[in-house]
Amino acid sequence: MSLALDAGSTPATLPAQRSRGYWSRVLRRLSRDPVTLACAAILLLILLAAVFAPLIAPADPFKGSMIKRLQPIGAEGFLLGTDELGRDMLTRLIYGGRQSLLMGVLPVVLAFGIGTSIGVIAGYVGGRVNMVIMRTLDVFYAFPSVLLAVAISGALGAGLNNCLLALTLVFVPQVTRVAESVTTQVRQLDYIEAARMSGAGPWMIVREQVLGNVLGPVFVYSTGLISVCMILASGLSFLGLGVKPPEPEWGLMLNTLRPAIFQNPLVAALPGAMIFITSICFNLLADGIRSAMDIRS
Amino acid sequence: MFAYIIKRLLYAVPIALAVTLVAFLLVHIAPGDALNAIAPADAPAETIAALKAAYGLDRPLPVQYGLWLGRALQGDLGASIASGRSVTSEVMVAVGNTLSLAGVAAVIGVLAGCVLGGIAGYRHGGWVDRIATFISVIGVSVPHYWLGLVLTIVFSISLGWLPAMGAGPEGGWFLDGAHLPYIVLPALTMAVVPMGILTRTVRAVVVDILAQDFVQALRAKGLGNRRIFRHVAKNAAPTVLAVAGLQLGYLMGGSILIETVFAWPGTGFLLNTAIFQRDLPLLQGTLLVLCLFFVLLNLLVDIAQPFIDPRMRRT
Repeated sequence: MSLALDAGSTPATLPAQRSRGYWSRVLRRLSRDPVTLACAAILLLILLAAVFAPLIAPADPFKGSMIKRLQPIGAEGFLLGTDELGRDMLTRLIYGGRQSLLMGVLPVVLAFGIGTSIGVIAGYVGGRVNMVIMRTLDVFYAFPSVLLAVAISGALGAGLNNCLLALTLVFVPQVTRVAESVTTQVRQLDYIEAARMSGAGPWMIVREQVLGNVLGPVFVYSTGLISVCMILASGLSFLGLGVKPPEPEWGLMLNTLRPAIFQNPLVAALPGAMIFITSICFNLLADGIRSAMDIRS
Repeated sequence: MFAYIIKRLLYAVPIALAVTLVAFLLVHIAPGDALNAIAPADAPAETIAALKAAYGLDRPLPVQYGLWLGRALQGDLGASIASGRSVTSEVMVAVGNTLSLAGVAAVIGVLAGCVLGGIAGYRHGGWVDRIATFISVIGVSVPHYWLGLVLTIVFSISLGWLPAMGAGPEGGWFLDGAHLPYIVLPALTMAVVPMGILTRTVRAVVVDILAQDFVQALRAKGLGNRRIFRHVAKNAAPTVLAVAGLQLGYLMGGSILIETVFAWPGTGFLLNTAIFQRDLPLLQGTLLVLCLFFVLLNLLVDIAQPFIDPRMRRT
């Protein structure tokens, strides 16, 4: 009896419940997670500093002074010291966030778009199309990701664009595989069948019924890739395959400061510390988003 | 089970072939001329043509691929354009050094990860779990090439305990007293990533298993913790093996960064040389050997699965 009463009262309470939809619940859970919030705040700070670098940086990132090379941390006029060409480290670290963040995030965003499209097509169409797509991607799975990135950017030559291309190619197969497996699962569910019976075309079904179920898991998976991508991207620059000097970029700065570890180890370690902080924040943020989006827990 | 193994073996053949194709093509999408490394820019056209013919670069791509693959199958990867030496012998020496480094690192990383992850899983939710989880997050987030530099600064430059570079006397690494100190820093640096990944995996698997009904049943039956641990380990083994087995391959493929930091004379060092000197045969050969090694490792991990997981034997 009480069940029936409850059922009868739902239409009245529906507007109130709608405001507590899935996403607002996710947001509320995120706002109660101090670690995730702290990481988001640090990342936002680094991002803002990078975007507004010309306004806040104390010096010119390219202008150095030969007599003020490798000044220690806290030297007069140089809060974080100077690099091997006498350029202000703080300035270069702030500017370095631009390319480092771009190289860490953009390939994952591109791979998210491309991989989801390919994966949903492969999963929804199924059959021979699925087999051809997935077996082709298996070939890329036969390459360890660092090796694939190094090989592609090594073949294409150093430079930001080649590096972005190489990293995107590394992550597309991984995202595709997740998207494909989720789509294949969703496709067999009854409501897809129902939508098909009601006369919806494949494009309509993919857009209305499939994507909503696939995007979540793929998004969670992709956020976890950002930290990997940051480390890989800076690694490519560290090898001399990414951004070219004199651009400020954390991986490249780590590379050019390497000989200085004997004279001024603390300054030489700074760019790597920036990569570390950013990548650990992305990792913890991804973990936070994952557990906030997992309603079962 | 035999059907499964045969199927898996047959499946590895087209993958291996496709990998050779990609390794071959990757190098040929490279802009610029392959002969830049040896021919001066103002060399007469006849000289360049003669050189091209000597290296077989004047033939159509499919023919070049066929010839290259045919020779590679016989163990001949051509001659390095820059040094003129046999690519096969250079790669084999380098693979030995990288395999030693990656092997030691994989053992350290996997063991540390299993211990940390196992403890964290058993103490799920407690402070030990939090510490282990934090260590694993650091493991997967740290740029290991930077960690290598930091360890060098601390243990080689400041404390002077361990050598900072190279693999020891005679350029190669062997398991003996003179060479042992050289592998400590690079192997520890390299082990950080698999340690982080394994800790995560093992923790998740152990938590999952401990929550299952059969563990409750075992407890109710009166089994001690040690006996229950055996059941947990058996159930966790297939997943852990699948993840751990591939780590060696990832370490070998990713060794280029660590090898650059520590000047380790392995495949990463060779790749670096090949890329910056545009030495195509050397680049192709190194890529090919590393990738085939990875394909083989994947195959071994898959084949080992039914031996460890009895449920797979029935299919």
